[in-house]
Amino acid sequence: MKIIEVKNLTKKFKDLIAVDNISFEVEKGEIFAFLGPNGAGKSTTIKMLTTLLQPTSGSIVLNNYDPLRNPDEVRHSFGIVFQDPSLDDELTAYENMDFHGILYDVPKKVRKDRIEHLLKLVELWDRRKSLVKEFSGGMKRRLEIARGLLHHPKVIFLDEPTLGLDPQTRNSTWNYLLELNKEEGTTIFFTTHYMEEAERVAQRVAIIDHGRIIATGTSEELKASSHSNSLEEAFLALTGKGIREEEGTNLDRMRQRRKLFRH
Amino acid sequence: MKTIYILWLRQLKRYFRSKSRIIGSLAQPLLFLVSLGYGFGPVFQKAGQGNYIDFLAPGIIGMSIIFSSIFSGMEIIWDRQFGFLKETLVAPVSRLSIMIGRTLGGTTVALMQGVIVFLIAMVAGFHPYNFALLPLAILVMLLVAFLFTALGTMIASLLSDMQGFQLIMNFLIMPLFFLSGALFPLQGLPKAITTIASLDPLSYGVDAFRTLLTGVTHFGLGLDILVLSGVTLLFLVLGSYFFSKIQI
Repeated sequence: MKIIEVKNLTKKFKDLIAVDNISFEVEKGEIFAFLGPNGAGKSTTIKMLTTLLQPTSGSIVLNNYDPLRNPDEVRHSFGIVFQDPSLDDELTAYENMDFHGILYDVPKKVRKDRIEHLLKLVELWDRRKSLVKEFSGGMKRRLEIARGLLHHPKVIFLDEPTLGLDPQTRNSTWNYLLELNKEEGTTIFFTTHYMEEAERVAQRVAIIDHGRIIATGTSEELKASSHSNSLEEAFLALTGKGIREEEGTNLDRMRQRRKLFRH
Repeated sequence: MKTIYILWLRQLKRYFRSKSRIIGSLAQPLLFLVSLGYGFGPVFQKAGQGNYIDFLAPGIIGMSIIFSSIFSGMEIIWDRQFGFLKETLVAPVSRLSIMIGRTLGGTTVALMQGVIVFLIAMVAGFHPYNFALLPLAILVMLLVAFLFTALGTMIASLLSDMQGFQLIMNFLIMPLFFLSGALFPLQGLPKAITTIASLDPLSYGVDAFRTLLTGVTHFGLGLDILVLSGVTLLFLVLGSYFFSKIQI
């Protein structure tokens, strides 16, 4: 059974085609890696799948719902861990979880139990009363993952979930996600720049470049078709070795400024 | 309903947790009250206009409310930059309830600032002429706070980063405050200034405070409340519209 079906999806910004007529499918319960160089269109695609951006053309079906016509049903169906943190720094870990639970209409009793369970799983239960601004990058990531799972989504989107994590944290994060995938059948859709990570955990891989999907299949299939020994080699063979330039965003400048503002 | 409540609660928690913000935002009105109040007091008195602190205090209350509420509304920009806005926008709740919850939260925070400044003004020598009208004055403060938080939300929905913030500060908030009659009486001024003041919603807010707290009025309380309610409604509608159009 398909949980995500994307057909001829396109997103144009003023003078840029970020996503150019892509189609792919993800099976229910699958672990799917969405790979590509910087600026290839990964995050834009995820934003369209998660109702944050409206496609220019093409169709999306997620858990049998269309994000344009039934956004709320779609929103109930997925959890997401964004590339950038999306926690409220001024709230505690527990309050961030509780806030999420209320927005997703998880009943009070269930909410309490699940928050305890999830925070224990990501080993943050002892720090539940600490403000998130005191957390390290890894702790924030773990909290975001726990939060993304609070409403028992059918699909979890992870946009570079292990970026900036040390090997220990990366390892335990994946162990937890794989366990969840096995036990709850949660579909995992993730992007990463660590090719060995994708090779190890993903059952199927899609590679996107310049807004187009240039290959899909298992790691083995991609390696075989490009005569490579590893997924990294296959990736470089498919996307080339040129380094992609991305413009500095306002966000980078804001981060600098926020450091000055901190009291 | 729960969405509105939790977003309102969040604004309040953030407010009470940032002590520096509370103190910082009270310092400015206090400075205005003391320097202008005592500084211009004798001149004002000699011109036959009475006690300047009594005249000024409602204006300074208006000032603390407009600053605090526009800033609260504009917190959306921070939330957008630091990601938290995405968390609310992917949740299965309507944009309208998110916008209303945030706006009510900002309103409550600004109202509290206004009340605190009112108390400080009393310490500085301000005497409301009739304490029975105080609850009504607080209601009008609530209305003014609501109006400007909605304006802040509206502006924040149109800006994608803090770059435009100085512009908004210098070309919108400052003129709204300085030309509102918060610091000087609107009688006998050049026509241009009176016209601008009559287009400034804060003028009606300050006038309403002054009417209720000191018994002196310029536009009349009825017109004040009518204008404030109308403009609030307009900003709420526009704010919700622009907020619903935010794409990340």
